[in-house]
Amino acid sequence: MLSKKNIKLLVDPINKNNPITVQVLGICSALAVTVKMKPAFVMALSVIFVVAVSNFIISLLRNGIPKRIRIIVQLVVIASLVIIVDQFLKAYVFDVSKQLSVFVGLIITNCIVMGRLEAFAMSNSPGRSFLDGIGNGAGYGAILIIVSFFRELFGSGTIWNYHVIPQSWYQAGYSNNGLMILPPMALIIVGIIIWVQRGKNRDLIEKN
Amino acid sequence: MDKNSNKYIFIYSVAMVVIVALVLTSISVFLQPKQKRNIDLEKKRNILSAIKIDYDKNDVEKVFDQYIKEMFVINTEGEKIEGINPLEINLKDQLRATPENQKWPVYIATMPNGEKSYIFSFYGTGLWGPIWGYVALKEDLNTITGAYFDHKSETPGLGAEISTENFQMNFTGKTIFNENGEFVSIDVRKGGVGNDIHAVDAISGGTITSTGLKNMLHTCFSAYLKFIEKNKN
Repeated sequence: MLSKKNIKLLVDPINKNNPITVQVLGICSALAVTVKMKPAFVMALSVIFVVAVSNFIISLLRNGIPKRIRIIVQLVVIASLVIIVDQFLKAYVFDVSKQLSVFVGLIITNCIVMGRLEAFAMSNSPGRSFLDGIGNGAGYGAILIIVSFFRELFGSGTIWNYHVIPQSWYQAGYSNNGLMILPPMALIIVGIIIWVQRGKNRDLIEKN
Repeated sequence: MDKNSNKYIFIYSVAMVVIVALVLTSISVFLQPKQKRNIDLEKKRNILSAIKIDYDKNDVEKVFDQYIKEMFVINTEGEKIEGINPLEINLKDQLRATPENQKWPVYIATMPNGEKSYIFSFYGTGLWGPIWGYVALKEDLNTITGAYFDHKSETPGLGAEISTENFQMNFTGKTIFNENGEFVSIDVRKGGVGNDIHAVDAISGGTITSTGLKNMLHTCFSAYLKFIEKNKN
């Protein structure tokens, strides 16, 4: 099960083949849910679940899906899973589901999910597809958590809703950066992450 | 069978849709009682938050029954209507109805110090969806003792700040009538309200939500106005 190849499936998307910073997929929700860490974390878990399970299901069905409606079939699977996640969040973790509000539903439009179904699950075995889903979901989640960490710290002065910037700083003239709360800053932080990542991993730099 | 034939595609889609529909409905039916209970509990929790009563997550119902001694439904004329559970009232429907047909819930709490507190229910629109809340007035039916607001889908960090305690505590001590006894509601205003006792600071970056909140306060207070004036003295 956890052969070298399979571990590569899990680990690659977290760094070398990260869906956000390398493939530039799923940027839209990375901007939206990263204002605070807690919703970003639950969002990351939800995406991991949806990508992994939909990859698994599509991979099971892959030989029976008619080519001409495969995108529709993929969408139906993703949408159903997202609805299930949403319903469970509402029933068991009501508070978190309130915080995430529309963004859970928007997992359906997350390009990573469909991208993995098309690129991987349609041509690989269920087990491998499942691992690939977890890897990609985690790669997405890792970026979400990094971005939300900086946005929450500088935008609200908190981490996981706990105040970390001492009151004395505020009295000395420090103030929270309101720009951090706005979506453009998420893009800039993602840009910085891409910069750092490519600085460390030169293979990722485009040749031309 | 040829997997690209119309017949196969047709049968495949029908089967898929039926299976998905069955799965989703059963999950929804199975989880519904839990979700409904969450919503009811949430209402009670919100009401308790408006009067600043601490509660343990596990016995919200007990604490609610302990403090909320009276609850009833009124019409916009301020008359009591019997036989309706105020917790069942959906304000969204009420706001759509003509003023004569509207029903508004009133909760009366007896505070630990023996004072009475009137809690009114609010509903309005923010930027992305509905916002709602509860405001508690002192026995004089003028001074706000506490407020609680929440929202369906306001932007986290911006409009969504209305549901934070930091924002809500600004309402405490504000009054809804001016010195001449005229109804002025509470303004939610940009740029520092200073000592104005009829206004609170709006949220930066959440202008539309703030305006929505202001409108909600005005609309719903107006609906309660007859009741408030009748019971004021």
